Amino acid sequence: MPFIHGRQSNMKHPPSCTKKQLIHMRSIPGAPPCPPFTAVVRCSFSVRAVGIKARRPPRTDQIRSGLSSAFMNGLILIEKVLIFFVTKSADERNPPDTMLVLGIESSCDETAAAVVENGRRILSDVIASQVAVHEPYGGVVPELASRKHVETILPVIDQALREAGITASGLDAVAVTRGPGLIGALLVGLSAAKAMAYALNKPLIAVNHLEGHMQAAFIEGEEMDRPCVCLVVSGGHTALYRVEPDGSSSLLGSTRDDAAGEAFDKVAKLLNLGYPGGAVIDALSAKGDPGAHAFPRAFMDSDSLEFSFSGIKTAVAHFVRRFGPPSSSEIYRIEDLVASFQEAIVDVLVSKTIKAANRCKLRDIAVVGGVAANRRLRQRLSEEAARLQLNIHLPSMRFCTDNAVMIAAAAYFNWKRSGFCPDLFELDALSRWF
Amino acid sequence: MKRISVFSRTEDCSQALGRRIGEILEPGDILALRGELGAGKTLFARNIAYGLGVPPEIPITSPTFTVINEYEGRLHIYHLDLYRLTTPEDLESIPWQEALYGGGVSLIEWPERMEDALPEERWDIHIEVTGDTTRTFVVEAQGETNMARSGRWEKALAEVTAMPECA
Repeated sequence: MPFIHGRQSNMKHPPSCTKKQLIHMRSIPGAPPCPPFTAVVRCSFSVRAVGIKARRPPRTDQIRSGLSSAFMNGLILIEKVLIFFVTKSADERNPPDTMLVLGIESSCDETAAAVVENGRRILSDVIASQVAVHEPYGGVVPELASRKHVETILPVIDQALREAGITASGLDAVAVTRGPGLIGALLVGLSAAKAMAYALNKPLIAVNHLEGHMQAAFIEGEEMDRPCVCLVVSGGHTALYRVEPDGSSSLLGSTRDDAAGEAFDKVAKLLNLGYPGGAVIDALSAKGDPGAHAFPRAFMDSDSLEFSFSGIKTAVAHFVRRFGPPSSSEIYRIEDLVASFQEAIVDVLVSKTIKAANRCKLRDIAVVGGVAANRRLRQRLSEEAARLQLNIHLPSMRFCTDNAVMIAAAAYFNWKRSGFCPDLFELDALSRWF
Repeated sequence: MKRISVFSRTEDCSQALGRRIGEILEPGDILALRGELGAGKTLFARNIAYGLGVPPEIPITSPTFTVINEYEGRLHIYHLDLYRLTTPEDLESIPWQEALYGGGVSLIEWPERMEDALPEERWDIHIEVTGDTTRTFVVEAQGETNMARSGRWEKALAEVTAMPECA
């Protein structure tokens, strides 16, 4: 399996999970260094220990890599198909005037591919959503996500190329999300991208999913010519970054426990409202009174740019225990309950974003990620920005959720900063990556 | 099976209990954290991790999204959250064997999602919500080795309940 370099095949284990660890790429003489990714690696998927360090021998059927055989077969299939069908082109790479990038995204629900020129001009944008698959489960199920990605990735890439009106050999580079995300899901996109880059003799650009989201606010809007404070908020992440005009970013603060989107999903599940929880709560809240119930706002200490959203989930659980489930309740309206819950989360997100802008002395704020689609958050943050005369950058709804356009856009800026990834064989997926 | 029941009046007391458990864990220990949504499983796991020597500046975040998070303390820590797994086959998509048999300690939230695969030798910790901040922790030592160790656990937890946090 030459291209599968997730944690399960390279047998490496992060030496320490508490230290910041620089992931160094082996460099080819003369080639630009791979982007200097600073990563805190807390999650590995090696199979190193199963047989060796075990206190007792596991069953034979347990001695398997972390991923199911069906899924692994799927990955091998992708590689075979790509290597078989794609003719190896021998064109040498010259620094292009225009940079045509195929972006591939598979970190969570969506399998997506897009062709984007110079990080801004969108030639195609294809997304196969898995929401319908996950709906009965009230959340994203990792194995389902992986299987679905394997089924859809090739048709999605093919469609992206067709809609862009180009052949694979016309691309200047292939870009792919390396992390953070679900490891099994990430591996599908990463393996496909590696196989494509290898077969086509094209350079590869590895992209941080969160830096992709940060680009989403600027794809259609005005160009980013000043640094800005960016709130990345979704089901898996809640963090504030300072983003530079060259697309690089530094972390200002993140959640100590749950992501904001996770709180939406879990509260929706608690109230039997369905999936995706964020959209359902957003819609219901529009008919509710956000001041009806007082839920706790976890501001941490006054200087902190960190978040905490596990307490509010517990508060909603207490509320339901005390006043009964919403379906039978005559004591309260479900619309008021979810509007009050949503308001507590929005209050914290807005106040910390403004605080970060003040602290960094920046006049530009952006909010990106799945929860950036929340109408109340957009409205409150826009009002606050107007009051304080800050410039606000909001992605359109279609670029809030995961997509490949933002990956291709971030890849372009990544390439301008630090070139292509010199050794695609060394590249593995990272489930956590700040 | 040996059962130890501890009542906690405050969040501080619950945190102290978690940290104390972290201090007495041994390589290979498997903790199944059981309790409803919002009971405080992740918070309890966090304090166990800090008790195991993870520096306080390292955030111990919810593993719901990534399913497994790892930390380095006195022992290697695997923090699992099986909340999003629905079938036994889903388990195959995560490297759970490494976590459970890898010589570190595993803290498993929503362990009922892997019930048959859960080793017999484990600690079941039930977190029962009795009020806004009050919790009853029921610790069950499962398996012969753990039952033999349960006396030490009982003593350690009794020490915590005698502390001012738990008054």
